[in-house]
Amino acid sequence: MQNTVIELKELTRRYGDFTAVRSLNLSVHKGEIFGLLGPNGAGKSTTILMMLGLTEPSSGKALVAGLDPARNPLEVKRRVGYLPEDVGFYDNRTGLENLLYTGRLNGIPEKEAQARAHNLLKKVGLSDAAHKKTSTYSRGMRQRLGLADVLMKQPEIIILDEPTSGIDPQGLRFFLELLRTLRKEEGLTILFSSHHLQQVEQVCDRVGLFVQGQLRACGSLQELSEQWLKRPNGALEEVYNCILAHQLETEKL
Amino acid sequence: MNTIKIPLPSSRPALGAGPFGAMIQKEMADHLRSWRFLLLLGLLVLTCLGSMYAALSSFSSLPPSELAKMEFFFLKLFSISDGSLPSYAIFIGFLGPLLGIALGFDAINSEHNNGTLSRLLSQPIYRDYVLHAKFLAALAISAILLFSLTIVVSGWGLLALGIPPGADEVLRILMFTLLTIAYISLWINLAILFSIVFRQTSASALGSLSVWLFFSVFFNMLIDVVAKHLAPKQFLSEAQAVAFQNFVLNLLRFNPIHLFNEATNIVLMPSVRSTGALTMEQISGTLPGALPVGQSLLMIGPQLTGLFASTIVLFALGYFLFMRREVRSR
Repeated sequence: MQNTVIELKELTRRYGDFTAVRSLNLSVHKGEIFGLLGPNGAGKSTTILMMLGLTEPSSGKALVAGLDPARNPLEVKRRVGYLPEDVGFYDNRTGLENLLYTGRLNGIPEKEAQARAHNLLKKVGLSDAAHKKTSTYSRGMRQRLGLADVLMKQPEIIILDEPTSGIDPQGLRFFLELLRTLRKEEGLTILFSSHHLQQVEQVCDRVGLFVQGQLRACGSLQELSEQWLKRPNGALEEVYNCILAHQLETEKL
Repeated sequence: MNTIKIPLPSSRPALGAGPFGAMIQKEMADHLRSWRFLLLLGLLVLTCLGSMYAALSSFSSLPPSELAKMEFFFLKLFSISDGSLPSYAIFIGFLGPLLGIALGFDAINSEHNNGTLSRLLSQPIYRDYVLHAKFLAALAISAILLFSLTIVVSGWGLLALGIPPGADEVLRILMFTLLTIAYISLWINLAILFSIVFRQTSASALGSLSVWLFFSVFFNMLIDVVAKHLAPKQFLSEAQAVAFQNFVLNLLRFNPIHLFNEATNIVLMPSVRSTGALTMEQISGTLPGALPVGQSLLMIGPQLTGLFASTIVLFALGYFLFMRREVRSR
């Protein structure tokens, strides 16, 4: 029996006539890397916002670490780290100062925050740039600083929204490797949204496929391959194309 | 071994402590480090020097016999001028809105455009902390600035005149400073509201500046036109004329700038006993003289209430819009 840390039940979010997320049921287990996969505008970001209590669901319920983010957003945010897409920092401050500010917002004592920040900067390979203003950081460095920022509060769960967009291949490899180490060493649960199939395939234990606000498929790559391609060891790309083709067919009918 | 259980805080922590204190500190530091602040400081210092010079030179141009008759000598430092430059009170009334707008116009939208707002809101803080911290930091900065200016003007005046202010003059100067801070907080809230409504910082700056321009130039013109149309062809009695005059004055009072000017006049000029028109009947039998501080304070009650009410309305509007908004990354 696996521990469920994120559970979504019939989660729906409508904007006027448009339904961004439709009757979503999903559970993420403790200590796994879960990939949310789907084209742009499939409702991945909206789902993430609802998990953090940054927007309210129109109907349905989310449970994150056993808490309802619509009712108890503060406690959820204390336990969940969120790295938004294209994260920003206070550009007139250094990387270290940005991390320390996050520490203060989380009520971490100053000494402890200093130690954590230095430790994390080392982990993400930014020790040398710690005292440089973040305006001088490259895209890849910002993304890594973002990961360090998320880890400042020592979360149980981290949610990353398109964390790899715009990073070069080398930076990407480092970033994905970092995620794997984090999971192994700290037992973190990681939810990772992306539209890059290969990246998701590389690091995720299970994936959920989003198309037009609905979860089309969910499971490990092995399971998905058997379910959709009727053979083991299919590539994620094949599964994805198969599901999209299936979607098109049902739309025609 | 005994384990010590640390109780979790059950309610919101005190506003000055913890994350909220850190946010205010950061906002204030941001203001102090910015070029914008240095520019404003320079402008205010120039104002202060210019109006002091004008006030002192008007003192020295008066004949000694006039000077001897003058009451509230020290207060005049703030309200008198030789005509070459506006007085300190007029200058501050003019620059106050600019200061408030400059401190608030990019409060929320710059956070959003830099992508820091969604990162900030994913931390365990209440959403209204962001708004409160922005407002309080701007308020604290303007309060510090104005108090220092007041002290500089008073100190310089003391040196130049050699006459110490009386107790009620000190009280009136204090009241004037507090009044100005309240007035600036109105403009801070207006600017913050625009920074929530508009995504572009330039749009919100222009928006707040045009509101300021509207009230400082066009509003009074508009009322003038309206008054001319509404005025009866001929007044039947004196009471009617006074009533009409007061009606027009009340229309003017929808303008926060007018409210502030009225209140300033009452506070800085103890001889002002009414803001509206009076009939001969009402005036007859009064002896010209200065009002005590308490009476002046009573007189500006309505003006203060009006200023505070509009500040609260602006703040509440911004609060409503901000709390309901879905914050996405940039």
